[in-house]
Amino acid sequence: MDILRFITAGSVDDGKSTLIGRLLYDSKNILIDQLEQLEKQSKNKEAGPIDLALLTDGLRAEREQGITIDVAYRYFSTPKRKFIIADAPGHVQYTRNMITGASNANLIIVLVDARQGVVEQTRRHSIIASLLKIPHVVVAINKMDLVDFSQDVYNNIVIDYAAVAKQLGLNDVTYIPISALQGDNIVDASTSMDWYEGKPLLEILEDVPVDSDINLTDPRFQVQFVIRPQTDDLHDYRGYAGKVISGVYKKGDAVTVLPAGIETTIAKLEVAGEEVEEIFAPQSATILLANDIDISRGDSIVQTNNQPQTTNEVEVLLCWLDDKPLQTGNKYYLQHNSRLIRSVIKQVEYKLDVNTLQQQPVEGNVKLNEVVKATIKTASPLVYDSYTKLRANGSAILIDETSHSTVAAVLFQ
Amino acid sequence: MNRLIMSEHLTQKNNSPLRVRGLDYLEQLEAESIHIFREIAAQFEKPALLFSGGKDSITLVHLARKAFAPGKIPFPLVHIDTGHNFQEALDYRDAMAAKVNATLIVRKVEDTIKAKNLTEPKGKFPSRNWLQTYTLLDTIEEFKFDACIGGARRDEEKARAKERIFSVRDDFGQWNPKLQRPELWNIYNGRINKGENVRVFPISNWTELDIWNYIKKENIALPSIYFAHEREVIVHDGQLVAMSPYVTLEEGDAVVTKQVRYRTVGDMTCTAAVESAAATLDEVINEITAAKISERGETRIDDKVTEAAMEDRKKNGYF
Repeated sequence: MDILRFITAGSVDDGKSTLIGRLLYDSKNILIDQLEQLEKQSKNKEAGPIDLALLTDGLRAEREQGITIDVAYRYFSTPKRKFIIADAPGHVQYTRNMITGASNANLIIVLVDARQGVVEQTRRHSIIASLLKIPHVVVAINKMDLVDFSQDVYNNIVIDYAAVAKQLGLNDVTYIPISALQGDNIVDASTSMDWYEGKPLLEILEDVPVDSDINLTDPRFQVQFVIRPQTDDLHDYRGYAGKVISGVYKKGDAVTVLPAGIETTIAKLEVAGEEVEEIFAPQSATILLANDIDISRGDSIVQTNNQPQTTNEVEVLLCWLDDKPLQTGNKYYLQHNSRLIRSVIKQVEYKLDVNTLQQQPVEGNVKLNEVVKATIKTASPLVYDSYTKLRANGSAILIDETSHSTVAAVLFQ
Repeated sequence: MNRLIMSEHLTQKNNSPLRVRGLDYLEQLEAESIHIFREIAAQFEKPALLFSGGKDSITLVHLARKAFAPGKIPFPLVHIDTGHNFQEALDYRDAMAAKVNATLIVRKVEDTIKAKNLTEPKGKFPSRNWLQTYTLLDTIEEFKFDACIGGARRDEEKARAKERIFSVRDDFGQWNPKLQRPELWNIYNGRINKGENVRVFPISNWTELDIWNYIKKENIALPSIYFAHEREVIVHDGQLVAMSPYVTLEEGDAVVTKQVRYRTVGDMTCTAAVESAAATLDEVINEITAAKISERGETRIDDKVTEAAMEDRKKNGYF
């Protein structure tokens, strides 16, 4: 049994909440008291019998206004897999929330209203999915009941979306016709669409391979914390605790500590205090080195024969997440996994239209939900890979120096 | 062992040597939680782990030990004692703190009530749950804690589902759901202004069943009240509430002895027991897997008051 993290994307009325509610309900992950509460709320709203969409409504403020404020996480499991859903709202601040929810996702469900077909929002969600390199895309063509379960309608949407996918370089796309409201092709195969030969949605989610999403070829490890017990029996113990970002490390490996460039070998490896012969992503582990070197939090330990890039100036895509606009020339903290470096945004090259992918000139400041290509200069060298090559070592955030807010998502180019 | 057998099978099927290494879901959750614990230790000056003696905070301590092994846990365990706790949980707490060689700080709600002249909650099952917040905020102030680690899970409740793993609270400990920092990839921003503090929830992505399965896998000891035992209870609104000096008996109340266990451990006045004969972990897990009612719905009396009870408490500084 493993874990699949996925995000659902759809415009306000595409039936996203209903879909999630349906998945939880039909896979028997909703319990009696939750259902009773749901019935009570449905009555409160005078919205008919059970409104499955209400399952994902969280806060009172949201219920009162009938909107969703923030990304919510939902959990369910089947005997095959544990699922973590990032449920991001579909309105104003969508880009910001979707990026937040999508950053960890293995898969995205792009919801398309069968009556509307591929619309601007569909393109935008898909562009964000491609920017963030979500490995698997499922296009769920919803509300098939409202188009008489027509195969022609479905086929036309598939053709339209295939063109979008091709343009964006999305190469693992699965299509499925569903009715979230009536439960067609969610957990059980639809009886109204015999022409559809694929699996129901839940089966797709259970079967999509996720182990291949983890890079086990390029060893990357950043020190989070130095373990020094300094007790009598562990007097000289000095363990570098961190997460294996990618790849595999073995005892005896020749490694280089970056950005300093010091070479040494791995003397011992531990996971949770137990000695092991090798460590691999995404384990949390501890590395002990053969030589006494000055290493601190944020330093990278990599294999000497497979090194990432080390530079003070990097080209990035920035997704601006803060109400306060970006100011070129301003300093921000750049946090790359556990490494915190002061940085300055030197130059903003162009703005990326997230509806069309077109490059546009930047007029004035970069505002909330805008995506731009920029150059960042850092106070000390950054040890990184491009986001395209290695998602987990190619991403960072910018932190405002005074408010300490997280103001941008950074994708290294 | 199981993993190796499964891996071999996968290798044959996919003919790729890279498939040999993989983590099952509990190992993935454990790795994520350990990562979070190490971020806390590195990013904050004075963190504290809020320990209640319940299964979630017991799991937290277990994970923290793994995160910093062979060193000891680099922060104290803090217990906000409502005075309405189960003795079994208190005994467990003391034994656990001694075993892991951690500093244990206990602050009593009783003392806060006296010092601040607060009004004791009334009613049949007077819950000091809400008053805990005052003691917690005072304790944070007293020790200048900048991060408090809690065992809340996102599957527990609707407000929790929206909270970040690093949840920044203002001077008054308040949570503002509209002003949460985006939390991307596995990057945690723990930078705060003076006076603010962060509540960190390393087991956010675990479900109740994940916790039980992990407890079994890791062979973690639990307080005895999690397993079937005989207890005097009052049947109230279909829930079984332990008979204790804090409960006011009314006419018509029937005190009966039943075989029960606890699914969650909070105050004696606001946690209900479930009738059960499950005496072992396997039996408990079987019952929970088959359960038709959620953990909070079945056992938390305080969440039933209003639909938004948790949201309100969080906004006021609750865990």
